[in-house]
Amino acid sequence: MKKLVYAMIVLLALAHQDFWWWDRIDPLVFGFIPIGLAYQAGVSIAAATLWAMAVKFYWPKGLEGETDASSTTGGDA
Amino acid sequence: MITVVIVVCYLGLLLGLGLFSSRSFRGTSADYFLASRGIGPFLLLMSLFGTTMTAFALVGSTGEAFKGGIGAYGKMASWSGIIHSACFFFIGIKLWSLGAKHGYVTQIQFFRDRFESDKIGIVLFPILVGLVIPYLLIGVISSGTVIENLTGGAFPGLFPSDNPRFDGAVPYWLGAGVICLVVLTYVFFGGVRGTAWANAFQTIVFMILGCVTFFVIADKLGGPQAATELVREYNPSRLKSIATDADQKVFEKKLAHWEKDKKTAIIKPQEPESISRLAFFTYMFIPLSVGMFPHLFQHWLTAKSAKSFRLPVIAHPLMIMIVWVPCVLIGVWATSAIMDGRFVIPPDFPKQNAVLAVMVKKMTSPILGGFLTAGILAAIMSSLDSQFLCIGSIFSNDMVGHYLSRDRLTDRQRVLVGRLFVVGIVLVTYVIAVEWKDIGVFPMAVWCSSGFASLFPLVFASLYWKRVTKLGAYACVITAAVVWFMLFRDSGWGANRSYLVAGMMPVATIIGCSTAALVLVSLVTKPPSPATIDKFFGS
Repeated sequence: MKKLVYAMIVLLALAHQDFWWWDRIDPLVFGFIPIGLAYQAGVSIAAATLWAMAVKFYWPKGLEGETDASSTTGGDA
Repeated sequence: MITVVIVVCYLGLLLGLGLFSSRSFRGTSADYFLASRGIGPFLLLMSLFGTTMTAFALVGSTGEAFKGGIGAYGKMASWSGIIHSACFFFIGIKLWSLGAKHGYVTQIQFFRDRFESDKIGIVLFPILVGLVIPYLLIGVISSGTVIENLTGGAFPGLFPSDNPRFDGAVPYWLGAGVICLVVLTYVFFGGVRGTAWANAFQTIVFMILGCVTFFVIADKLGGPQAATELVREYNPSRLKSIATDADQKVFEKKLAHWEKDKKTAIIKPQEPESISRLAFFTYMFIPLSVGMFPHLFQHWLTAKSAKSFRLPVIAHPLMIMIVWVPCVLIGVWATSAIMDGRFVIPPDFPKQNAVLAVMVKKMTSPILGGFLTAGILAAIMSSLDSQFLCIGSIFSNDMVGHYLSRDRLTDRQRVLVGRLFVVGIVLVTYVIAVEWKDIGVFPMAVWCSSGFASLFPLVFASLYWKRVTKLGAYACVITAAVVWFMLFRDSGWGANRSYLVAGMMPVATIIGCSTAALVLVSLVTKPPSPATIDKFFGS
């Protein structure tokens, strides 16, 4: 699943280039959004879906509850 | 006048919220700078989103779409949706975990520890503060511009002007000054908790009012379909991600028609702007800046638990879309908007930062105009506050707190030093903003983000590459600073808006150089000690 998430990130970055409607106005989505803009809004929705998958299947282990988050007095550097 | 009353009430409400949140202040620097690490998912989402969406998101996106068309969304917004969440996921969560484990408050504390070097703080401090100041400028300039453009006619006797548009308007210097003062006050008293509350409130306000603005303006233009058709008629290239040679010919034909008969043609067409695929792609490097923003680092550390990150990681791209799509459409519509047989934005309108404000002023009622002004100011202030606070935090913790022993400076004194430093920085920023009021918000944001993005290899390597060394870190930081400065100067200090290096956005070259320096120097220098490796990579 980890590899799938990585592969989807690369695919999404490539898809962002918009090889289809780069220099077109039509069709107008909902009658007023140029296709190039609607496509990029779709990329944003795909990004949210991708990150939802990452959270579900690729959440880092061993983080929650491993530290006492309330006790801090500044850096120990 | 009603616009001014609404804006004043809104600012009063915000001050009240800041003062109210100060009642929860526990009096410690950990509480002032990190809200005792108690921020849950919703507040974290709102504060991260409100912080990343600067004035640039509303004022800059509208202006950039006005100037270059719908490509503004692809260049910045959709890349940000992908990259910002990636930074939250791959960088933010790890830093939160390390911060909670070792008690970090600022980035510099983490880097000092990770690279076993005290002096790296001295190198990073001026760079980080120097790059945050232009961000502050963006907010202050935008707020002054918006207020001046939207309050015309409010005080004709008090603020006369030769320009009829600004006659009686609250002057730029006063509007910008009041916003600085309000933000400064609630940051001063509320700390990061007050900032998070104010961000949540302001993010909700600007998202709702942004949508309302969109529908009201669309309605005034005869509906969204009619507004888009007007653009197709006068400036079709603005409806495409890229302008073609055919668009250039259409433009020349329409321009000739306008010059022949300005009255009938109404709208003067705008020259198409184009961008290569390579340049479009290399915009992806700019949002990497989020991984190195000191103000975001601070917000990450306020999270109650790692789980608090889940909502921001998923919802952030959607929230960007909700804000940017209407703004980009308003900017595009502004190029060809006609009301009562006259253009809304005059021909050769020079101030792209003012496009949104002019559209709101001319196309809505004074009451709605007042609320919308408050919404725009909310977006601006929700970033300004975090930036103010982080500057105080860096100075207080990384300079004063680090070099003076705890015996010489109590915890409360450390908070006071941070507050006073913020006041000084705000004063400097305000003076610069008054002097340079006509700087373009979009290019400044791009250059500033490029600076932070060029340091991204540093934070990424520190978390994922055990072999990165102290000298590799120095090489990365110095290379990034030098190459950034050279290219920025070469671009005429940002004046050349279409400045590219080998056909790419300059940020790609800077990141390439800083990464190469980091890797090469790390490989030929002494690796970090086993204790440090164990501290940061041990189970």
